[in-house]
Amino acid sequence: MMSKRGVVIVGAAETTELGKIPQMSQLQLHADAALNTLNDAGLKISDIDGVATAGESPTGVAHYLGITPNWVDGTSVGGCSFMIHVRHAVAAIASGLCKTVLITHGESGRSQVGRGGFRNAAASLSGQFEAPFGPMGPPTLFTLPVLRFMKDYGLTHEQLAMVAVVQRQWANLNPRASFRDPITVADVLNSRMIAYPFHLLECCLVTDGGGALILTAAERAKDFPNHAVHIWGTGESVETPMISQMEDLCSSRAFSRAGAAAMADAGISHADVDHMMVYDAFAHLPIYGLADLGFCERGEAGAFIAEGHTAPGGKLPLNTNGGGLSYMHSGMYGMYALQESVRQLRHCAPAQVPGAEVSLCLGVGGMFGASGCIVLGRQPRD
Amino acid sequence: MAVQKLARALPKPTPETEHFWEGTRVHELRLQRCDECDHVYFPPRPFCPKCSSRKVKVFRASGRGTLASYVINERPHPSFEGPYCIALVDLEEGPRMMSNIVGCSQTPEALVLDMPLQVMFEVQNDEITLPMFEPAGVNDE
Repeated sequence: MMSKRGVVIVGAAETTELGKIPQMSQLQLHADAALNTLNDAGLKISDIDGVATAGESPTGVAHYLGITPNWVDGTSVGGCSFMIHVRHAVAAIASGLCKTVLITHGESGRSQVGRGGFRNAAASLSGQFEAPFGPMGPPTLFTLPVLRFMKDYGLTHEQLAMVAVVQRQWANLNPRASFRDPITVADVLNSRMIAYPFHLLECCLVTDGGGALILTAAERAKDFPNHAVHIWGTGESVETPMISQMEDLCSSRAFSRAGAAAMADAGISHADVDHMMVYDAFAHLPIYGLADLGFCERGEAGAFIAEGHTAPGGKLPLNTNGGGLSYMHSGMYGMYALQESVRQLRHCAPAQVPGAEVSLCLGVGGMFGASGCIVLGRQPRD
Repeated sequence: MAVQKLARALPKPTPETEHFWEGTRVHELRLQRCDECDHVYFPPRPFCPKCSSRKVKVFRASGRGTLASYVINERPHPSFEGPYCIALVDLEEGPRMMSNIVGCSQTPEALVLDMPLQVMFEVQNDEITLPMFEPAGVNDE
């Protein structure tokens, strides 16, 4: 219950542009997001005494921005690293290690400017026991468990396609989304096959961009120009670096561990959640997330989305920026999910959920390898 | 046989995994079993991931398994000919491993979940032989 003393997000912003940004290196994307976030919070760089990042080293980001911090966190477990940075920053601020934390993300996922490479060492376990069999990155790895889920829980190809259809409905309401034109189930199923059973429109975008957050103690919440969003609960876990070694192909142990921890920490039940984000690198992720966090029975999660319960006007608005499938996906998307949760609770989202008070934001890292989960409230917790 | 493609991304054995790759060279699929708790596990390591005991033994697995899940990659890969299946195989002894399914069409119709499979071995070079799987019964006499 470390968040009892209260930590708030007082600054949140993305890079000025999203999508295709070949004029910026990856490091500069971090800085562009950080400067926009400082402006959002009305702070100067000298006000920051804690730095966390993934993808780039926190040393590199701190030095580039001109910060000599009292606290750093370089946890880098994939796209949910930023959720985990939030959790660690809450603990650091609550225990007095630092006062004001800047968390940055920037990724030249599309343009590949100034970006270090991904390499799977031939002597690593995945290099020895997965790479020889021909996987070509996430589209052929993250997707591997889904046929099992379909057979065991009755998920249909049409329901999987509906995840992309519904998220495009949200993206249609968002001027910053990469893809906004409405699509149908037939459009999805007729799009190019990438790795059976996944079609192109069931796979995330690859774009450039960044985002950053500034966190500080809740007692300072009123000192900032924009509405401070309260961190109610946090959770984190990891399962495996190899998707072939998931304990259960139909469930992410990291999701269920991190999600349950965050909801217990926040003291909320499922009915309290007004708005939800589930990191969607591929169309099955929201289905796993809803089931692993107990919002649906495992066999009902596909139908829950297909029936429109997560769509605009539905009872559980999900991935309201359009998600990794339609909004943007730089590679480590978790920061954009957090940004959308903050916008929804500040009541300034392009596709605003009326009266949203509580948002749950679930991240994934690697291919079901890691997870971080954050529960945010518009107001302080009672 | 199709046109020879570029070599696959081949494994580099470590001291902890050497026994596995020695095994495939002599056409044995080797797993490990814990002496303390009987747990059978993969990938290799010199202790039990369930109870942490260092008292573990290598043994020859049956090579039988079933098809747990898969994808059929449609994007061109320098080491593979046409669409190919990347599979997860549930071994009879319990562990799951990634592999390829050979000896059948690389189509959803031919690749049926839970179908019985049998290990076979494909030599890559003097050091590395990869374990792959084919539908059970293909090479039965």
